[in-house]
Amino acid sequence: MSWKIWSLKKSPWVFHVNTGACNNCDIEIVNLLTPKFDVERFGIKLVGSPRHADALLVTGVVTAQAAPRLREIYRQTPKPCVVFCIGACACHTGIFRGGYHVVGPVDKIIKEVDPNAIIAYVPGCPPKPEAMISGVVKALSVL
Amino acid sequence: MTEASQNISELLFWILVFPGFLFSVGLGLVVSWIVRKVSALVQWRVGPPFLQPFYDVIKLTGKETLVPQQAQKAVFMGAPIVALAGVLLLSIMLWRITISQTAFVGDIIVAIYLMILPSLALIFGSSASASPHAAVGTGREMKLVMGYELPLILAFIVVIIKTGGQLSLAAIAQQTPVFSISGMLAFLVALLCIQAKLGFVPFDIAEAETELGSGVLMEYSGVLLAVWKITQALMLVVLPLFLVMVFLGGIGADFLSGLARPVGPLPAVGSLPVGIIVLLVFIITGFLARFCKYIDILFLLSLIAACILAGLGKYVLIVVLIILIKNTNPRMRIDQAMKFFWVYCGLILVIAVALAVIGNSCDINWL
Repeated sequence: MSWKIWSLKKSPWVFHVNTGACNNCDIEIVNLLTPKFDVERFGIKLVGSPRHADALLVTGVVTAQAAPRLREIYRQTPKPCVVFCIGACACHTGIFRGGYHVVGPVDKIIKEVDPNAIIAYVPGCPPKPEAMISGVVKALSVL
Repeated sequence: MTEASQNISELLFWILVFPGFLFSVGLGLVVSWIVRKVSALVQWRVGPPFLQPFYDVIKLTGKETLVPQQAQKAVFMGAPIVALAGVLLLSIMLWRITISQTAFVGDIIVAIYLMILPSLALIFGSSASASPHAAVGTGREMKLVMGYELPLILAFIVVIIKTGGQLSLAAIAQQTPVFSISGMLAFLVALLCIQAKLGFVPFDIAEAETELGSGVLMEYSGVLLAVWKITQALMLVVLPLFLVMVFLGGIGADFLSGLARPVGPLPAVGSLPVGIIVLLVFIITGFLARFCKYIDILFLLSLIAACILAGLGKYVLIVVLIILIKNTNPRMRIDQAMKFFWVYCGLILVIAVALAVIGNSCDINWL
């Protein structure tokens, strides 16, 4: 394992992208920072700019409006980086499948930019914070 | 070995290893861990592990460095290096004055200039990055610098008057102007200015995590961001140290007796018994930590105890004050901050300067 991957596992900074979610997953993500779950224990930090990020937490079906932004944000993120699809919508567009405004799911849009992107899925509506932590751990152990 | 090459190797040691790069950056990263950990404890969280700031910097070095297409590349990439060089120079200067008492007349003025350098570099770097968020952050940072620079320099002028027109840091560090009314006022204002210089809450207006992303640092990534993080860690060492030297009588081995004796020579730093005690404290807490539930808190306390024993007590005092201010205040708006620094702090310092002048001319030491 190279030192780059090792240090990435020790301090994964995450950036939160909302691509048309109902805000439920977003609330659960913010839950991770509260005293009960406190992911800063593992060095996980929520950052305000994709250029600082090592992981993108994407929530929501990707709407036609949000798709170009998601592509741009993925391009702006320094590599190596991991994309997390948080919630049923982000994983497979959920109950909005076939909607006129839906161009997602997330992995399709990301793979248009970079076919080799590392994508992890955390299903649930919304997923529990425990599930998200477990997803992050699994994705990082594969890296 | 000839004398010249010996001189050069000694110089390199000063710059790169002991009070210079390695030592200062290491200390700065440890202090930034203390800031994060104490903040976490105040918020009833567990907080990051001890080596977290080191992991962060190593990770950022290994990441891809992106430069925005429309950025002014030379300025964008040069700014963090200029900032790091400025703070590093200041750090070496301060440690050298503390340890070997070598100083030159007017070094306080050089130090004041070097302290502005990181903020200036930040303004240049962020305005070169062609990002609207960074542009807003740059504007705020500029106003903030103009806001706090005036009271900060006035506070140092109070000290210079109190110490009888001394312009050499080594001479100023032998007195404790804080034990007088004007000195106390100047110290309190300077502490708030340092808070703004470090970019901590309530003055993190330029970085404004919640509405500007990370404002001035928005477009930085990879190695360049790592250099900024190191610069910020170094500021955490340098600025409180500077305050200690100017107001509290310098770094010394005996914290309590130094406080009790307002004017007097500096005690020796880093004597052998102190080193042994520090080592023992670490070994004992490391041993206890194996059987204790509250490992991190114990480690934190032992670290602070070790710092106090090693003569860094006054430094720890200032860092703790900064952390407590950081955690108990909401962020100010930029106009509120300007008004706070210019009107309120300015007024307090005008009174302090007047008191200091009166005290000096009438020989009243406590004024």
